[in-house]
Amino acid sequence: MNAYEWKQYFSRISNMVEKEKDYLSELDRKLGDGDHGVTMSIGWKAVKEELQTNLQNENDCGTVAMKVGRTFLSAVGSSVGPLYASGLISGAKAVKGKAEISHQDAVVFWIQFVSGVHERGQAQVGDKTMVDTFLPIQEELKRSGDLIKALDAAKQGMESTKQLESKRGRSSRLKERSIGHQDPGATSAYLIFSLFVEQFS
Amino acid sequence: MKKLINVPENVVDEMIDGFLKAHPSLVKGIEANSRSIIRADANKQEKVSVIIGGGSGHEPAFMGYVGTGMADGAAVGNIFASPPPDPVLEAVKAVDTRKESLLVYGNYQGDLLNFGMAADLAEMESDIQVKQVIVKDDVASAPKEESDKRRGIAGEFFVTKVAGAAAETGYSLEQVYELTEKANQNVRSMGVGLTPCSLPQTGKPSFELMEDEIEIGLGHHGEPGVEKEKLLSSNEVTDRLMNDILEDMPLNKGEEVSVLVNGLGSTTRMELYIMYKRVEEILSENEIHIYKSYVGNYSTSLEMGGCSITLLKMEEDLKPFIDAQAHCPMFEQN
Repeated sequence: MNAYEWKQYFSRISNMVEKEKDYLSELDRKLGDGDHGVTMSIGWKAVKEELQTNLQNENDCGTVAMKVGRTFLSAVGSSVGPLYASGLISGAKAVKGKAEISHQDAVVFWIQFVSGVHERGQAQVGDKTMVDTFLPIQEELKRSGDLIKALDAAKQGMESTKQLESKRGRSSRLKERSIGHQDPGATSAYLIFSLFVEQFS
Repeated sequence: MKKLINVPENVVDEMIDGFLKAHPSLVKGIEANSRSIIRADANKQEKVSVIIGGGSGHEPAFMGYVGTGMADGAAVGNIFASPPPDPVLEAVKAVDTRKESLLVYGNYQGDLLNFGMAADLAEMESDIQVKQVIVKDDVASAPKEESDKRRGIAGEFFVTKVAGAAAETGYSLEQVYELTEKANQNVRSMGVGLTPCSLPQTGKPSFELMEDEIEIGLGHHGEPGVEKEKLLSSNEVTDRLMNDILEDMPLNKGEEVSVLVNGLGSTTRMELYIMYKRVEEILSENEIHIYKSYVGNYSTSLEMGGCSITLLKMEEDLKPFIDAQAHCPMFEQN
């Protein structure tokens, strides 16, 4: 994947989120304040604009990832802002100075991305958050380095949130009433990773 | 739901624009960030600065409380979403006179992350010493043993008032922090939801309630509360809310409280005063003296129907700051 395709990937996240935003907000209405789709849409739209302007001629994949993270954070705040920004900035180190991302680079990027999210948010697997999708990706990548297998693990992680009780964020006040609904943050995390795997392979 | 807006994506920026134009003698924006608002007379006096903030949709909270006797600056987030670190950081820097700043905000994961990052940056980049008071007054949101998990709702008004007034007297950061944290420890709220609000971008109701249902302990972003009940009379609802508060914060005969009966957006003053009447009765039955009362919309949730009751247990050292004058675009006390 070259820098152009890398930037294209982040742009495509914006297109995907526009398509899925009502679905994501709907999931959030069951658990929180119903704005997850809106928040993601605001953030990724800002990223897309940054890619088309200030990052148009940027060929360092690390710089791109870092700026995407900072742009997303400044546009949304919320809790997803710092979480995704920390993931992207942490992942950026794996692709710093590179105009081309190899399979191994991609694996390291995602491993570090997940570490960044995890350290910032401190959520564990089973807390019913995006970490239920992200941590299994990291484990699988550390084990096999296989993106397709990691995508399977991500899907299982996302689906597991249906049965879980919320432990973090606003929805944690719901306790057992949160069971039965898939977590919106885990869902968007899956969609974002799935888009990467699809484009990379 | 009907809303008088232009473009849903622009509501926050258009609101800020109108707000600044309406109150130029009290507040102003800053060059560095369009989501930071500071006092028009910022930096006139050397003092600890008080910075507040949070998501939009809670007006008067938070930007309506920037002014003399209240906050020096506010960071404005998207609707119901914490602002990112930048507007918090830029507000801190714009009103800095003594390298000492107190951040006051509600206990939500997004706010903790963003304000926390801003505090780190202010210390690193500008050598400003920052302390934080994280408001957690909502009794319904977690049991007493887990009170650290409680979210901040209307009680933030009292906490901000104490912080702002204490800072105004020229106290040190440590003193302002101690008093503000005491107010935070002494404040409890309970809310009830009657009708949902809708986000401008989705237009959909934030939760569903039947015509004859209410939700006790509903959060002020529409997060579900502790239980749904059949619609009760105002007195019955007030009894329930007061009971939960007084069970959580037992008050002895002769103790004093300040009271806030807060509307969530579309509940009328008439309903709020009917509720206040009962609050007063309960307190006098228990021989608890009311020090000062506030009735009105102090922290809303767009057009949500419902209200909350907040009690601040008064102690002698808090009184001067509840009594202090305040001059803000959306709050005036003489």
